[in-house]
Amino acid sequence: MSESISITTTQPAQTAASPSFWQDARHRLWKNKLAVFGLVVVCVLGALSLASYLWPNLTGYTYARQDLTLGPAPPSHAHWLGTDALGRDLLARLLYGGGISLTVGLYATGVSLIIGVIYGAISGFAGGKVDSVMMRIVDILYALPFVIFVILIMVFFGQSLVLMFIAIGAVEWLTMARIVRGQVMAVKRQEFVEAAHALGLSEARIIFQHIVPNLLGPIIVYATLTMPEVILLESFLSFLGLGVQPPQSSWGVLIKEGADVMQEYPWLLIYPAAAMALTLFSLNFLGDGLRDALDVRGSKD
Amino acid sequence: MSLLNVEKLSTSFHTRNGVVRAVRDVSFQLERGETLGIVGESGSGKSVTCYSIMGLIPQPPGRIEGGRAMFDGVDLLACSHGKLNSIRGRRISMIFQDAMTSLNPFLRIGEQLIEPLLIHEKINRNDAIARALHMLNAAGIPEAETRMNMYPHEFSGGMRQRVMIAMALITKPDLLIADEPTTALDVTVQAQILELIQKMQRELGMAVILVSHDLGVVSGFCDRVMVMYAGQVMESARTDDLFYDTKHPYTRALRQSIPALQMKGQELHTIPGQPPDMLCPPPGCPFAPRCERAVDYCAREEIRLLEVAPNHATACLRVQKEKLAV
Repeated sequence: MSESISITTTQPAQTAASPSFWQDARHRLWKNKLAVFGLVVVCVLGALSLASYLWPNLTGYTYARQDLTLGPAPPSHAHWLGTDALGRDLLARLLYGGGISLTVGLYATGVSLIIGVIYGAISGFAGGKVDSVMMRIVDILYALPFVIFVILIMVFFGQSLVLMFIAIGAVEWLTMARIVRGQVMAVKRQEFVEAAHALGLSEARIIFQHIVPNLLGPIIVYATLTMPEVILLESFLSFLGLGVQPPQSSWGVLIKEGADVMQEYPWLLIYPAAAMALTLFSLNFLGDGLRDALDVRGSKD
Repeated sequence: MSLLNVEKLSTSFHTRNGVVRAVRDVSFQLERGETLGIVGESGSGKSVTCYSIMGLIPQPPGRIEGGRAMFDGVDLLACSHGKLNSIRGRRISMIFQDAMTSLNPFLRIGEQLIEPLLIHEKINRNDAIARALHMLNAAGIPEAETRMNMYPHEFSGGMRQRVMIAMALITKPDLLIADEPTTALDVTVQAQILELIQKMQRELGMAVILVSHDLGVVSGFCDRVMVMYAGQVMESARTDDLFYDTKHPYTRALRQSIPALQMKGQELHTIPGQPPDMLCPPPGCPFAPRCERAVDYCAREEIRLLEVAPNHATACLRVQKEKLAV
C-alpha cells in the first residue's frame, strides 16, 4: 500500500453500509418494551381522535348531540361509556376531546421547545452581559402571573385554538430556556467545543451542530414532562372560559365536569381521568425510551 | 518572510484575586516547514501562548495585553473574527492534549472529519468523504470505511488522537499546533503518534509547533526548542545547541531531570522549590529563587532574551554579562 498522502480527489469510495443515526435510535427504541407500549398507546389514541374528527358519527353519536330525555346514564350497550347530564355520549366527547388535548399538548410543547432551546442555547453560549440580560428577561416573565399573561395574549390577539397553543407555548418555554442554558454552559467548557473553534467553525454552527445534539437527553425528558403540563393547563384555561368553548370538549373539560359530579355519576370522571392518566404514563415511558435511544453512548449491539 | 512571527505577546487573566500574567513578552519566529518545540513546566505559559495565537483565550477573564502574531501578513491578534475563522482550521490547525474529550461524542467520526472541508472549501460531500477516508488511511486507522460511521467512544485513546490528526490535516494547513498531543497516551502509543505527525509533516511540508513538558519528546522531534518558565522565554536555540551547549541554568536543570539519564539506583534529579506565584511574580529573573547559580543582581534586574551565540538566545543575566562583556 502506498504510504503517500498526496490528497488528490480519488474515486468517491463506497462507504460501508452502516445504519444511520436514526436507524440506530429506532433499533434501540424497539428493544425498550415500555417505550414501545407508550408509543403504541399514544398512536392509537391519536388515531382514534383523528378518526372522530373525520367521521363525527364514529360512535353513532356526535360530541354535541344532546338527548335530554336520557340525562346522565351509566355505561350501557347503546352508550359504552355512558352519557353526561345533557345526555351527550361520553365516548364521542372523550375521543373529540382527546384530539384537542393531544393537539394542544403537541403544538404548545413544540412552540416551547423551539423558543426555549434557541433562546437558552444563545444565552448560555454568549455568557457574560448578554446572558445576564436574557436571563433577567426570563425572570421578569416568570414573575408575571401566568393567567394574566395568557389572558392578555388571548384578549389582544383574539380567541382561537391556534392562539391558545401559542399562548401556552409562550409561557412554558421559560423553564426550557433555563434548563438548556445551564446545560449549554456546562457543555461549552468541554474541549470539543474549543476544538470546533480551532477548526474555524462559526458560532451558530458550533451551537446548533455541536452543542445542542449533546443536550437531546435533557431536552426530550423535559419535553415529555411539558406535554402533560400543557394538557392540564388547557383544561384550566377552558375552565376560565378562555380555552375550548362548549359544546366542544377536551379532556380537561371532561375531567372538570366529571369531578363536580363524581359522587352521583362516577363514570363521568373515571373514563376521562383514565384516558388522561394512560396518555401521561405512555408519554413518560416514551420520553424515557427516546432519551436512551438517542444517546449514542449507550450500548450498541 | 517567516510563516509566523510572534512579537512581544502578552496574555493576562483577570481573576478575582488579581491579574495573572500568564504570558509575558514572548517573541519567536517560525519558518515554513520548521518544527519548533515549546517546553516548560505546567503553568509556564506554553499552552496559553498557543491558545492566544489561535484566538482561543476566553475573554473575559483572559485578555491579550499586547503584541502581534503575524501569520503570512495577517495579525492574528487584531484581525476580524471572520478573517480568523477563515485561517483557523484551514491554514492553521491545532490538536489538543486530550483526544478523549476533543471529539464531539454525539457526531460520527466521518461527520467531524469532513466538517472543516465543507466549511473551508468548495467541495461536495462525496469528494469530502473520499478525502476523509484517504486521511484516515494515512493516519494509520485500519478499516477506515467502517470507522467513518462510528462514534468517538468506540475508539481507543491513541485511535482518537489519530482521528484528531487526520481532522487537523485534512485541509493541508501550513501550520500545525500540537498542544501536548501525547500527554494523555501511554508511552508506546506516544511514539507512534509522534512518528505519525513527523511523517505527515514531511509529506505536507507544514510547520509544526509542538508543546510539551517532556524535553525528551521534543529533542528527537524539533529543529528548534524554546524553553519557557513563568510566562517568559528562558532560552531559545537549535535543538543540538540547546542540549550540548546549554546556556540557561533552568534548561540544564530540566535536562538533568530526564529520568533516562540517571544511573540505576541513583536519586532522581529534581529542581528544588516551586514555580513563582504568577499573581505577584518576583522582580528580576523568575527562576532566580530556585537557581543554584543565582547571584545578587539576578533577583533585581529585568530579564530579556538576548542572542549570546549564533541562533542561540538566553535570558540568563549571568550568561549575558559574561558573553557580552568580553
